[in-house]
Amino acid sequence: MNIMSEAAVEKALDQKMNTVPYKMIGNDVSVYYGEKRALFDVNLNIRENTVTALIGPSGCGKSTFLRTLNRMNDTIENCRVTGKITLDEDDIYDPSIDVVELRARVGMVFQKPNPFPKSIYDNVSYGPRIHGLARTKAELDEVVETSLQKAGLWNEVKDRLQEPGTGLSGGQQQRLCIARAVAVSPEVILMDEPCSALDPIATAKVEELIHELRANFTIVIVTHSMQQAARVSQRTAMFHLGNLVEENDTDKMFTNPDDQRTQDYIMGRFG
Amino acid sequence: MSTSLLLLIIALIGFIAFLAGRARSFTRSAGKLASLHSLPGYHGSYVAIWAMLPALLLLAVWLIVAPIYIDYTVRSSLPEPVQNQGAATVQLALGQVKSVAAGFGRLNADEIAAIENGSTNMREALAAKGVALAGEGEPYMIQSAQQFNAMRQYSRWLMSAIVLLVSVAGGLFAIRNIDVRFRARNRVERVMLGSLIVASSIAILTTVGIVASMLSEAGRFFTMVPPFEFFFGTVWDPRFAGAGSGGASGQFGLLPLLAGTLYIAFVAMLFAVPIGLFAAIYMAEYASPRLRSTAKPLLEVLAGIPTIVYGFFALVTVGPFLRDISAQLNGLVTGNYQNFIQAQSVITAGIVMGIMLIPFVSSLSDDIITQVPRALRDGSLGLGATRSETVKKVILPAALPGIVGALLLTASRAVGETMIVVLAAGVAARMQLNPLEPMTTVTVKIVNQLTGDLEFTSPQTLVAFALGITLFVITLGLNIYALYIVRKYREQYE
Repeated sequence: MNIMSEAAVEKALDQKMNTVPYKMIGNDVSVYYGEKRALFDVNLNIRENTVTALIGPSGCGKSTFLRTLNRMNDTIENCRVTGKITLDEDDIYDPSIDVVELRARVGMVFQKPNPFPKSIYDNVSYGPRIHGLARTKAELDEVVETSLQKAGLWNEVKDRLQEPGTGLSGGQQQRLCIARAVAVSPEVILMDEPCSALDPIATAKVEELIHELRANFTIVIVTHSMQQAARVSQRTAMFHLGNLVEENDTDKMFTNPDDQRTQDYIMGRFG
Repeated sequence: MSTSLLLLIIALIGFIAFLAGRARSFTRSAGKLASLHSLPGYHGSYVAIWAMLPALLLLAVWLIVAPIYIDYTVRSSLPEPVQNQGAATVQLALGQVKSVAAGFGRLNADEIAAIENGSTNMREALAAKGVALAGEGEPYMIQSAQQFNAMRQYSRWLMSAIVLLVSVAGGLFAIRNIDVRFRARNRVERVMLGSLIVASSIAILTTVGIVASMLSEAGRFFTMVPPFEFFFGTVWDPRFAGAGSGGASGQFGLLPLLAGTLYIAFVAMLFAVPIGLFAAIYMAEYASPRLRSTAKPLLEVLAGIPTIVYGFFALVTVGPFLRDISAQLNGLVTGNYQNFIQAQSVITAGIVMGIMLIPFVSSLSDDIITQVPRALRDGSLGLGATRSETVKKVILPAALPGIVGALLLTASRAVGETMIVVLAAGVAARMQLNPLEPMTTVTVKIVNQLTGDLEFTSPQTLVAFALGITLFVITLGLNIYALYIVRKYREQYE
C-alpha cells in the first residue's frame, strides 16, 4: 500500500527544502524477514546535508528502513529487500556494488554505544586503517585528532588516547562511536536511536554534535523522542506498521501534519 | 532376618506411614483442605521420613559397627600363644576362624558334634561342603567359630528388632504431630536440603580423600627415594621390585617422563589449535544456522569417541602410515628405503592426540566467540570492514582471553591423556628433541608400574603415586589458571 502518491510527495515538499538535492533515493523499498513483511513499498528520499529523522511507534519499520540504507540487513538471516535504493545514482543493491565499500560511504552509529575493547586511538583509527585512508603514522594521528574533534571528544580524551575506549562514560562512548564513524569520511551517517541509552546531559551533547555534523555529512536518525526529532532534524518521516505515513519538513510536521495518524502519534494518542 | 528383607519391611512401613500421615491430615482439616498449612502429601512425606530415615541410619551404623565389634571380641578371645605371635598371625587365625564359621553354617548339628569330638577331620568335612580351609584347623578355632556364629546371629536378631522398633516408633511419633497448622512442608524441605548437602559433600570429600591417599603414598615413596632425585633425576630406570628386597635399586628420574609428556602435548596442541580454532571461527561466524546445527554436533561426536579407540587408530593406521611414507620418501631422495619415522613416535602420538583435541578446542572456542556481543560485530561491519577483518581485528582480540583459557583447559587434557600415548608413544624414557623417535610420558609409566602382580611396599610401585600427584598438580594448576582467565573475560561483557 502506498500512502502518498508521487504527486502528493512533491506537493508536500516545503519551499526551502525544494532546492536541496537528494543524496539517497528509496524507491518502492520492501523488506521481508522470512515470510513476514516488515516494510511496504516505501518511497523515501534523503536530502544532502540534511538531518532526516525517522519516527513512529515501536516495530513500525523505521530501524529496518535505516538498515537497508547501508545493507546492514545483509547480516540478518532470511532478510530480503526488494525495490531500489540509490546513493548518488548508484543502485546499492546492484550485484556490482561492493557492500564493504558502500558501508564506508554510509556509516552507522548504533543504539547502544559499542566501542571495541581497544584503546580510544585504535577505536578511531580502526576504519582508516582497514580502508587505507592514512599512509603514515602522522597522517593517521591527524585523522584521529580531527575525527575526535568533529565528535567533540578531543578535549576530554586527548591525554588518554591509549586508554581503553570501554572505560569512558556512556555519552563519551557514543561520541567515540560517532568519531569512529566520522573517521572513515563517509558521505551519509545513519544513527539508530543514538541517545536511547544516554542520560539527558549526554543526550544534549550528542544532539548538538549531530547539528554540527550536518555541515559535512548527510544524516539519517531513528528516534523515539518527538522532542529530539524536532530539535535535530530538518526533515521528518513518520512510519506506521511498515508504511511510510508522511514525510515533511520537521517544522510543518510538528505543527501542521498532513496525515491524521501523524497528528495522533505526535500528540501521544497512540504509540 | 536378612538385610534386604529388613529394607523391604522398612519401605513398607514408610509407605503405610505416608498413607497414615496423609489420612490424618485429611481428618484434621475436617474437609477444608485450604485450612491446612501444608498439602496432605507433605504430611504423608513427613511421617514417612520419620518412619524410614532414623531406622535406615541406625541400620547403616549397625552394619558397619557390629562386624568390627564381633571381630574385636573374637580376636581377644583367641588363646594367649596365638595372640603373642604378632598382628599378622592373629589376622590369619581370625581369617581361618571366619572360614570355619562359614563352614559350620552349612553343616548340621551331628556333623559339628563329630568334628568337636575329633572323630571327623574338620578340613575334609568343610571341603566337602565347598569351604576351603588354608591349614589344618586348630581345636581352639572350633570354639571361636561357634562364638563368632553365635554373636553374629544374636547381632542380626537384635538389629532387626531394634531397627523395626525405631521405624514404627518414628512413624508414631511423627503422626502425633500432624495438625492443621503443622508446618510439614517446611520440614520436608529441610530434609531435602540436608540430602542435597550430603550429596555434594560426598563428592568433595571423595576428592579430598583421593588427594590425601595419593599424598600419603607419595610420602612413603619419598622416604625411600629422595625428592631431589625424583624431581631432578634425568634417568628413568626403575628396574624390578625384588620380592621382599624393598630397597631402592632403580633410578627414578622424573625429567625424561615430564619432557615426553610436555613434548607430546605440545605437538598435539600444534596440530589441534589451528584446526580447531579455524573450525570454530567458521562455525561461529560464517556457517549458516542450518549447516551449523548439523556440523557442530558432528564435530562434537569426535569428543565422544573413547580415547582407547584413538589409541589403536594410532597403533594400526597412523603409526604404520607415517613409518611407510617416511621409508618411501627416504627411498626417493637417497635410494635407501630405511624409514626415518618410527611407528611409535612423538609425532604419531601427537597427531592422534591432536585429532582427539580438535573438538575440545573448536567447541570451547566456538562458545567463546559466539559470546562476543553482536554489537561489536555490527560496529565493525558498519564501518565497512569485511567479515575476515572483523574476525581478525575485533572478534578474536575480544575473545582472546577466553580462547587462551580454553586452550589451557585443552592442554591439561593433553597432559593427562593416557590411552593414546600408551599405544602410540612408546615406552622408552629418553630425553631428546627428535619428534620422529619414541618418547614416553608420565601416564604411560604409571600404567607400566601398576601392571602385573603388585606389592605396594616397593618404590617401583609407589612411584606411581608420586607421578600421579605430579600430574595432578600440573593439570590442576592449568585448570585453575584457565578458569581464572575465562572468568575474568566473562566479567567484561556483564
